Amino acid sequence: MQLLILVLTLIVLSVIGFYLGRSRAVATSAGRTGHCIRSPGYYGWYVALWCALPALLVFVGWLAFEPEILRAILIDSLPQSARELPPERLSLLLNDVRSLASGNVLSRAADPELQAAAERYIGTLRISRWALFAAVLALAIGGLLWARSRVAPRFRARNRVEQVITVFLIASSIVAILTTVGIVLSLVFEAARFFVRVPLGDFLFGLQWSPQMALRSDQVGAAGAFGAVPLFVGTLLIAFIAMCVAMPVGLLSAIYMAEYAHPKFRAVAKPLLEILAGIPTVVYGFFAALTVAPFFRNTGAELGLSISSESALAAGVVMGIMIIPFVSSLSDDVITAVPQSMREGSYGLGATQSETIRRVIIPAALPGIIGGFLLAISRAIGETMIVVMAAGLAANLTANPFEAVTTVTVQIATLLVGDQEFDSPKTLAAFALGLVLFCVTLVLNIIALRIVTKYREQYE
Amino acid sequence: MAMIQEQTLAVRSERVTMSSNDLAKFKTDKVCVFYGVKQALKDVRLDIFQNQVTALIGPSGCGKSTYLRCLNRMNDTITDCRVEGSFLLDGDDIYSKDMDPVHLRARVGMVFQKPNPFPKSIFENVSYGPRIHGLARDKHELETIVQTSLEKAGLWKEVNDRLHQPGTGLSGGQQQRLCIARAIAVQPEVILMDEPCSALDPIATARIEELIDELRQNYTIVIVTHSMQQAARVSQRTGFFHLGNLVETGATEQIFTNPVDQRTQDYITGRFG
Amino acid sequence: MIQLDVTLYPQEIDPAGKRDPQAISTADYQKLIRDALDDLFPDVTDRRERRELMALLSPGATDLLRAKVMADPSLIGQRVIIDVPFSDDLDQLAKGRIDAESETATRRVTDKQIEWFQRLEQRGLVRQAFNTTLFTAGDSRSPELAGIWGSLVGTFWTMLITMAIAFPLAIGAAIYLEEFAPKNRWTAMIEVNINNLAAVPSIVFGLLGLAVFLNFFGLPRSAPLVGGLVLALMTLPIIIIASRAALKAVPPSIREAALGVGASQVQTVFHHVVPLAMPGMLTGAILGMAHALGETAPLLMIGMVAFIVDIPGGPLDPATVMPVQIYLWADAPERAFVERSSAAIVILLGFLILMNLIAVMLRKRFERKW
Repeated sequence: MQLLILVLTLIVLSVIGFYLGRSRAVATSAGRTGHCIRSPGYYGWYVALWCALPALLVFVGWLAFEPEILRAILIDSLPQSARELPPERLSLLLNDVRSLASGNVLSRAADPELQAAAERYIGTLRISRWALFAAVLALAIGGLLWARSRVAPRFRARNRVEQVITVFLIASSIVAILTTVGIVLSLVFEAARFFVRVPLGDFLFGLQWSPQMALRSDQVGAAGAFGAVPLFVGTLLIAFIAMCVAMPVGLLSAIYMAEYAHPKFRAVAKPLLEILAGIPTVVYGFFAALTVAPFFRNTGAELGLSISSESALAAGVVMGIMIIPFVSSLSDDVITAVPQSMREGSYGLGATQSETIRRVIIPAALPGIIGGFLLAISRAIGETMIVVMAAGLAANLTANPFEAVTTVTVQIATLLVGDQEFDSPKTLAAFALGLVLFCVTLVLNIIALRIVTKYREQYE
Repeated sequence: MAMIQEQTLAVRSERVTMSSNDLAKFKTDKVCVFYGVKQALKDVRLDIFQNQVTALIGPSGCGKSTYLRCLNRMNDTITDCRVEGSFLLDGDDIYSKDMDPVHLRARVGMVFQKPNPFPKSIFENVSYGPRIHGLARDKHELETIVQTSLEKAGLWKEVNDRLHQPGTGLSGGQQQRLCIARAIAVQPEVILMDEPCSALDPIATARIEELIDELRQNYTIVIVTHSMQQAARVSQRTGFFHLGNLVETGATEQIFTNPVDQRTQDYITGRFG
Repeated sequence: MIQLDVTLYPQEIDPAGKRDPQAISTADYQKLIRDALDDLFPDVTDRRERRELMALLSPGATDLLRAKVMADPSLIGQRVIIDVPFSDDLDQLAKGRIDAESETATRRVTDKQIEWFQRLEQRGLVRQAFNTTLFTAGDSRSPELAGIWGSLVGTFWTMLITMAIAFPLAIGAAIYLEEFAPKNRWTAMIEVNINNLAAVPSIVFGLLGLAVFLNFFGLPRSAPLVGGLVLALMTLPIIIIASRAALKAVPPSIREAALGVGASQVQTVFHHVVPLAMPGMLTGAILGMAHALGETAPLLMIGMVAFIVDIPGGPLDPATVMPVQIYLWADAPERAFVERSSAAIVILLGFLILMNLIAVMLRKRFERKW
């Protein structure tokens, strides 16, 4: 509540700053015309920014570091006995103090010592908040006055304001870089902790995957095995099945859409395909687990085949269906990018439409199509929900599509769902798998994007 | 003997410029422009006189547009374009650190080859410049500026009943005059025109040419044109560019009737284009 | 649904007669309902059978009755007619999903329960009603009491955070890269990076969220705040790519026109280029949001998969989202959850198709040939 008031005050001050800056700009330029003061609005913005930005930075910084400092003060003020508690107990105690301070009911009766600690906590918190209030207000007013004093006809406020805008724009694009850096760092660090416990060779080439760590050391199978080959094979098997479905259907539908379809049909079908591409994967997963898998199992039973109810086939086929719009729209773009002159050249030689497509267009579009396929494979490998719902958990090392297999993404998801401490090899294994997944898809993507860009440049 | 005569002639014409109101608005010297490693302009020296129309002619790719765009630093927006040499506008170096290119472009307006009105209303098109430069204190002043600019551009009568309709709905010639009005509204000192008629039909072209002649009273105009007839019709001075060099410059009449350089001769007689 | 005729005995609910809300709320409503059932089946006396009888009804029946009485204490002492949902197994029986003729051991309802159900049906006490609970309740272990409202609210908070973060950042980045950035190796790297980021598997973003937001920054698990952050990072490259395409489509002549009248580059971009590119950017943003709306995998990593009954009240409360709710229900053993997840899918798809339609229409409406 207090903080809200502070933020509101800050906003009001900035608005005042805006008008002060503007009116001063108008006043100093009075009597002169033309090019001295160009737009007074920028002077207003300049003053408002000086008023708000430094104060806001302090505000955010304060709130970020406040809990740490308060915690330290609080621990200092606790009796000796409490300070010697193990960390978990201590943090539990601190939580109690905090919730008591914010007026919540505790699970256990509050003893007087706790009560006193809570009151001290409230006291320091109040001091901190008042200090924050004072600091922010002082900065805001100081910034306002200083910026206002700089308003003069020779001063270029617009350039300063525009610099601030540019800095914001640059910062936005750096977020994308930071995301990648964050992904790489978090994966590498956690995976490194994993490889300290499990050698890299065992992980990459081991044939046994059973990540269950025993709770007690005397349990059976206490060690757990982290050989990821069955996962890689399962992933590739499902991706292979998916591509067997998606490639021909996607490519043929793209050829139809690009070369044969009536423009009216295209105008309807294109958005429909886009919507199809936008269906959440969890819906495909539902479809795979509850419709397709039982269907395959029953059909298999009638044909005398034993198909597992979590077969790789069901997951792969549904994943293929999911990827069809993706393949189709990528191939469609590539085929329509083939210059019309090539078609006309072929027709001019008396070739039929199908000959033109087979002999001229497909070869010309081939690099682009292959790039699209690579992107589709990378998607199939990284897809999670369909396999989580329709493929199994059992790490079988098999190439039989009728059996249950598991994939890298399934294992990541199952290892990390639920509460668990963060330093068991089981959790860290998920990060190692994530690193492998990231690297593989990254390589596929880079190759695919390079091929596609090369292809585009060729026809532009 | 002939040499001396020529020189005295030049001196006399120089004196004439100084004495009358044809002051050099722009003085440019040793201008070299590079696009990457390619040199587009080589050591160009050209003065542009106040209240005159200066036409720049020459075959395609000769650097005349490049030169024009140096005058209001539009080349700044092109990456790997490098400009050298001195450009003095009323004695101020426009490429100096103190010169804000934005400020400069308000003093040196520009009209482009293809009419490019903003996809907004006619009123907003004209009022945009004055608004960002804070030239009007209130709405009434703004309206006055819009009206006088449109009047000066000879468009007021045609559009005064539809100021709030989109500028893109006008015909090509009207659009180009709207762009001229937009440039005038900022109260520039110089107007640069980059082949302003190349996208227009002959009637609209004639209208614009008339307009240029009227505008000469108040502004200094530099026009790049492909058409030698146009240069002859509208300009007082002409500069002929060829392969990045300024081959010849002088009074328009002299250039077209009695060029000094053989290349100019060849060009205006249509021997190469 | 079953129509029950419940007598609200005053001595049971409010022995003190003070109409004290506290007392009313703690009264034994289960006993009242049991009594009402006993009235219907006076022949059932055995304790085990009585328990089976009680299992006909949803465990939420007592809460329903309590809510009704709390809302109107004057009902105490009267006989009220109240619609109580059957338990999920009986619900399946009523819909014919459970075959009454099949082996007793293989079905989840006993012979007795089937017989009772048929008797209720004969008396006209069974009727079908539209399941409004689905739209008002949070998650529950009992299918007949489970609703999607909790996950809808969670989705709302998550999407709000995603939008608030992804949209300005993506547009800022797109503007910088397209309009301001010098063409050098540094910007080329950002570009390659963004293209690759758009193709990184979504589950990897979940790992990022787990490692950075939960462990490093110590943000709360299962919170829409973290989910929104992760989804924002995931949709960022998608919106950036779409926005750049939209900016690229604005012809350079517009930029020249603005620069020519003395607008600065920032003014040119924000007064002319961005407004013209806005429909395209919005289309990209909507498609990005639709993508985020359907995303499940990264949210599993950051604990939004927890079983949460309460409706989240803010971005820091534990919550789940629609797709995760569908996943949870699809995985639940009770057959009746399948129907719930199907209903949730229909609702989710409705939202998605709506968003896509808006995007398509925006594109059609503002498509401009230069």
